[in-house]
Amino acid sequence: MKRKNADHEANQSLMSRRALVVGGLQFVLVGGLAARMRHLQINEADQFRTLAEENRIKFKLIPPARGEVFDRNGVQLAQNVPNYQIKMVREDTRDVEAVIARLSQIIDLDEETIERAVALIKRSAPFHPITITDNVTWEDISRVSVNAPALPGVTPEVGLSRVYPLGSDFAHILGYVGPVSDYDMKRIDDPDPLLRIPRFQIGKVGVEAKEEIRLRGSAGSKQVEVNAAGREMRELGRREGKPGANIQLTIDSKLQNYLQARLDGESASAVVIDCETGDLVAIGSAPTYDPNLFVSGISVADYRELTENKFRPLASKAVQGTYPPGSIFKMITAMAALEDGIIGPDDTVRCNGHLEVADRKFHCWKRSGHGSVDLKNSLKRSCDVYYYDLALKVGIEKISTMANVFGLGVRHNVEMSAVARGLTPTKAWKKRVHDKDWVIGDTVNASIGQGDMLASPLQLAVMTARLATGREVTPRLVKSVDGIEQASDAGTPLKVDQNNLKKMRQAMFAVVNDRGGTANKSRITIDKMRMAGKTGTSQVRNISAAERRTGVVRNEDLPWERRDHALFVDFAPADNPKYAVAVIVEHGGGGSTAAAPIARDITLQALYDGPPPLEAYPSKDRGRIRSQQKRLAKMRPMAKTRDDDKA
Amino acid sequence: MSYLEYTVKSTPTGLRKILFLNWPLTVLLSSVACVGFLMLYSVAGGSFKPWAEPQMKRFAVGLVLMVAIGMTPIWFWRSIALFCYGITVILLIAVDLFGEEGKGAQRWIDLGFMRLQPSELMKITLVMFLAAYYDWLPPEKKSRPLWVLLPIAIILLPTALVIQQPALGTSLLLVMAGGGIMFLAGVHWAYFAAVITSGVGLIVTVFQSRETSWQLLNNYQYRRIDTFIDPSADPLGAGYHITQSKIALGSGGWTGRGFMQGPQSRLNFLPEKHTDFIFTTLAEEFGFVGGISLLAIYLLVIFFCIASALANRDRFSSLLILGIALNFFLFFSVNMAMVMGLIPVVGVPLPLVSYGGSAMLVLMLAFGLVQSAHVHRPR
Repeated sequence: MKRKNADHEANQSLMSRRALVVGGLQFVLVGGLAARMRHLQINEADQFRTLAEENRIKFKLIPPARGEVFDRNGVQLAQNVPNYQIKMVREDTRDVEAVIARLSQIIDLDEETIERAVALIKRSAPFHPITITDNVTWEDISRVSVNAPALPGVTPEVGLSRVYPLGSDFAHILGYVGPVSDYDMKRIDDPDPLLRIPRFQIGKVGVEAKEEIRLRGSAGSKQVEVNAAGREMRELGRREGKPGANIQLTIDSKLQNYLQARLDGESASAVVIDCETGDLVAIGSAPTYDPNLFVSGISVADYRELTENKFRPLASKAVQGTYPPGSIFKMITAMAALEDGIIGPDDTVRCNGHLEVADRKFHCWKRSGHGSVDLKNSLKRSCDVYYYDLALKVGIEKISTMANVFGLGVRHNVEMSAVARGLTPTKAWKKRVHDKDWVIGDTVNASIGQGDMLASPLQLAVMTARLATGREVTPRLVKSVDGIEQASDAGTPLKVDQNNLKKMRQAMFAVVNDRGGTANKSRITIDKMRMAGKTGTSQVRNISAAERRTGVVRNEDLPWERRDHALFVDFAPADNPKYAVAVIVEHGGGGSTAAAPIARDITLQALYDGPPPLEAYPSKDRGRIRSQQKRLAKMRPMAKTRDDDKA
Repeated sequence: MSYLEYTVKSTPTGLRKILFLNWPLTVLLSSVACVGFLMLYSVAGGSFKPWAEPQMKRFAVGLVLMVAIGMTPIWFWRSIALFCYGITVILLIAVDLFGEEGKGAQRWIDLGFMRLQPSELMKITLVMFLAAYYDWLPPEKKSRPLWVLLPIAIILLPTALVIQQPALGTSLLLVMAGGGIMFLAGVHWAYFAAVITSGVGLIVTVFQSRETSWQLLNNYQYRRIDTFIDPSADPLGAGYHITQSKIALGSGGWTGRGFMQGPQSRLNFLPEKHTDFIFTTLAEEFGFVGGISLLAIYLLVIFFCIASALANRDRFSSLLILGIALNFFLFFSVNMAMVMGLIPVVGVPLPLVSYGGSAMLVLMLAFGLVQSAHVHRPR
């Protein structure tokens, strides 16, 4: 008991000591509070009292200038132009309706503008400056300034508005900016005070949205003294913001302009990728639209026209659209088989025009068959049976894995909206999504890029670049940010046998350059620029047995939506690949007739960095090409220029 | 060692207990509350409605409650400490599930006659339970790892529930008060050093990782922290209120502008002028003299509590009093520091002055426990 008591005493005195430590600490902190109070109330009292009594101080947010966007050669793609605005602060105006009525006598304001402004003013915080109208003339600004005493709370200001000088050419890549909506606020969960400025503009789609944070910069603020009418008397303090970063893309605006012009009139898309660096030199999608329309708010009629167009102008098909790759996929099937060693490049398969698998007949596009074909011949003439045979031996899993190696079924990291992942089906996928077992017919369909197989033009271009170089080419769209070069690398060598790749490339060369190759008509005739490629025609409908008996209906006789997609991929020059190109013409018919000529023109334009010499074309095409070149040279993107406004 | 082992020479009984209450403390608390009534009358533009009158009624109820609790033997409160803690945790879980969300996200349960915020109650029951724990625990065990982890868990369970609400300010106060009691109970200082060091280390690491490849938080989370730490980065949001508050405070000067003479128009910018920002009005109208006087009363409250705790030989009583005093201190110092722009804005009211039922009743309840410990101290 005694020992216990001693313990207790020791414990009690420890607690007392600790209590004194905590108590002492509390005294010190209270002393700190008192000192702070003294500092605010005694030392700085005069300053605060002046501020409180004579004038009021206000904080103003200084919105940063949004970063501008350039192409790889420094051509401006998105810029900020000064824009005169008339703003109003509710707490300075007091009687909003009366002041607006007075304002509308001085400058021209239509009913809709007034209504919108009044609604916005009532909804926003009293101290936020609200833009009543923008894009006003200098005369209006001076008139408002002269009448300032009658217009409390109204101030003319210079803002910046976004303009896309190359308009429609870059709509699909850059996207556009627009005012922050409630939906955006929920979606982005960003505490940036700039977003609370009424009608602050942020990127909505494309590079503008994906690079929003870097382009936006950060707000500065200034503390100003204002008089009773809200006019600035004196600046008390300023805190600089940071302007948004300038972004340079890998796109070449000249080639982009050509590509859009060349695709014009079709529902088509194309991608040009630099095989050495992975730089995306052009990404086109047609039809397109003028992003400038969206900046100031698009009219309902214009918007309806865009959404109801069956060619879907708002979709960036080059990265968002996914299509069955058709015969283009044969390269992947062949690579899977060659890598697996089940067939050599010179081994032949006999094509009778069809292959019977599990009681079902799978037809070759050529009913009479191709006879005995090896790798090169099968690809050159695009024999289907050869690939059915390979696929049955190698199996879907290995084919699907090989497709992933070449960048299909993989979402590439490109700063555009809704970049598609595509689809490379596997047994597990079908079980999971469709809850059905994989059947052998699925493998047969997949071997020629039909069935569930889906790829975007971007993915096909990457695939072609990887076939051409044997390296893991990775696409890149942003070249530099504020002058700092972004990471790019040539890519590590693919984990496949380089000899097999060489055979593939030879076969692709034959497709274009050998007589009897499916793309022979679209060859390049200058030796050092020769291209290698592959055509693809993907069905969007099933051909029934009955139709086969009576003869397959010709594409031209079908309604547009049911015609085949035309595809083509190529790389050039064949012996030292510089560019890889993928073209898809939606419902364009055959790959060799609809897609290959477009791809060749784009490839040549890229290789020559401008219109190519006519010698590059087979002699009988030259006349037609000359007039085509003349016509395309005149095509300029649709963009609202500043002159249009004044007109 | 518990109360019953002492030789109790004379414990007041019956109504005589009233004479043995800690009267100086009662007077101090009442004067703080009066300052509150005065300020609420002023912010309402010279009217008892809508704030001063209900506040007075609540204080009257609180005063009765305090005396009633004060006359109940302290060993009764000790014996139900675990029960109180458990009930509050259950209430916290209940509000997380079904509670109504007020502005500012503190959640309450509507009891009909008042709205109860279990997170406020938690501040007291946590202190009670920890004090009972250290009273029960043999002193030689208090620094053993297992017996240190247990109270940490006791603190973190309600903290986690409160963070869910989300009330960051309240949860930080819970951790600080709980940690304070562990320190007072004599847990080895190395534990505190370790926790503080690793906390600082963690914060430094999080900030070091910013804009590197191993960045730990999202960009927008960093920016949210930026605005939290430096409100002037958001001059139209959080920074706006702080600046207005500083102007009102600073313009008070030595003696202030006089009762009800503060430019209320300016204070109309403050959304919480009758609750969290009420000190601004006081400092504006009564100046430095008024502000420092309130601070002095608060300090005296703390002083009387510590004195009462040191004179009390019962371990539970001392710890309980010290813990409640610490809580009270955290309340007013955090509120004042926030209003004066020293720390970020967290929703903590000024004790007994800010308008609000839960906070006031819970505080009076707590001081009832202090009174009970005082009346029933071993003599």
